[in-house]
Amino acid sequence: MRETKYWTWHMAAGVVILFLLGLHMLIMHLGGITHLYAPQGGEAVSKANSLFRDGQLSFTVTYILLLGVALYHGLYGLRTILFELTLRPAVEKAISVVLLILGLGLFGFGTWAAVTVHAIALAGARG
Amino acid sequence: MPENTKAVRAMRFHITRYNPESDPAPYVKTYTIPVREGMTVLDGLHYIKDNVDSTLAWRYSCRMGVCGSCGMLLNGHPTLACNTQILHIAKTDLTVAPLPNFEIIRDLVPDLLSMFEKHRSLRPYIVRADEAEINDPAGEFYQSPEELEAYLQFTYCIKCGCCMAACPTLATDARYLGPMPLAAAQRYNQDTRDGGRRERNQVTGAAHGAFRCHYAGECSRACPKGVDPAKAIQHLKRRLVLDYLHLSRRKKPCAKLHGPGQGKPLPNIPAAPAATV
Repeated sequence: MRETKYWTWHMAAGVVILFLLGLHMLIMHLGGITHLYAPQGGEAVSKANSLFRDGQLSFTVTYILLLGVALYHGLYGLRTILFELTLRPAVEKAISVVLLILGLGLFGFGTWAAVTVHAIALAGARG
Repeated sequence: MPENTKAVRAMRFHITRYNPESDPAPYVKTYTIPVREGMTVLDGLHYIKDNVDSTLAWRYSCRMGVCGSCGMLLNGHPTLACNTQILHIAKTDLTVAPLPNFEIIRDLVPDLLSMFEKHRSLRPYIVRADEAEINDPAGEFYQSPEELEAYLQFTYCIKCGCCMAACPTLATDARYLGPMPLAAAQRYNQDTRDGGRRERNQVTGAAHGAFRCHYAGECSRACPKGVDPAKAIQHLKRRLVLDYLHLSRRKKPCAKLHGPGQGKPLPNIPAAPAATV
């Protein structure tokens, strides 16, 4: 049943990615229409608007959430592809461990980056 | 009108031959034989064996699409040789090969053992706690027509292996359970008399179980009996997820209705006439 758990979360992560990418499209690529999270006016990708969003805790949490679900969804998908090559059980186990370490490492690095940018944005806002 | 007055046409059979004891690899041998309307591929193979090359090997039994022995790859499509008329699928050339995704025992004879081992691992039979009742039935398990309809089509499977041969996942992942065993698991999971779903979940929900199906749907297209294994696998996935999330209703297998002669008779039904034998 362990694979059922992995697959269920894989599907759930896909739904979350769909929602968050929709949000990304609305904010970053349809900003001219929606004007979401761009209080400084102009382009959504301008430095002032980016710093505004980076300073919001909700955005930092969303970045980390998106990173987590995207890594899980992508790495589980890669694992599935590799498992379809009729590998020996020991090799399958090794692949699972390597992907887990890789995923945790990338998640840790991405989280550090998001938190650091959040701190820089807050410091910039305080002058 | 005698059958031999029908028009005869020359047909080239390109047959994959392989004897693991003497051949380094499978090769194709061509036989030209006369065919007439109504001849099945199985008839053509018999003609070759009787008149051209007696060393040709294949597996068959019932000749009427029931036993599932003569599954083979005809013009690239896995199907039954006994159920396929030559002139329906070929004009001048017909390729005949053993079912892919299986080892070859000889010529057109695939080794179906791997399929049956996977099938057996899923406990393809009614599993109940009251085993004594199963072994020595003393009553009736009532099932409504709707409940029967839910799994009926999956009981039509004849285990010919055509779906396994058509499956693209099985082509690369030899440990994948495959459409036939998974459809059989769904058939018994759906049966209201059965109580073995949680045990089967351990196998169907494993690393090479139902979740490896990409829903290509080739198994359903290939099935010569019209079974839809792809549908069964999607139902299986759904049930596995619901079981994992504890969202499925826990239903006990239906209880024994009553023993012989213990039922409550309906009113206004006349008594049966006295036995004459």
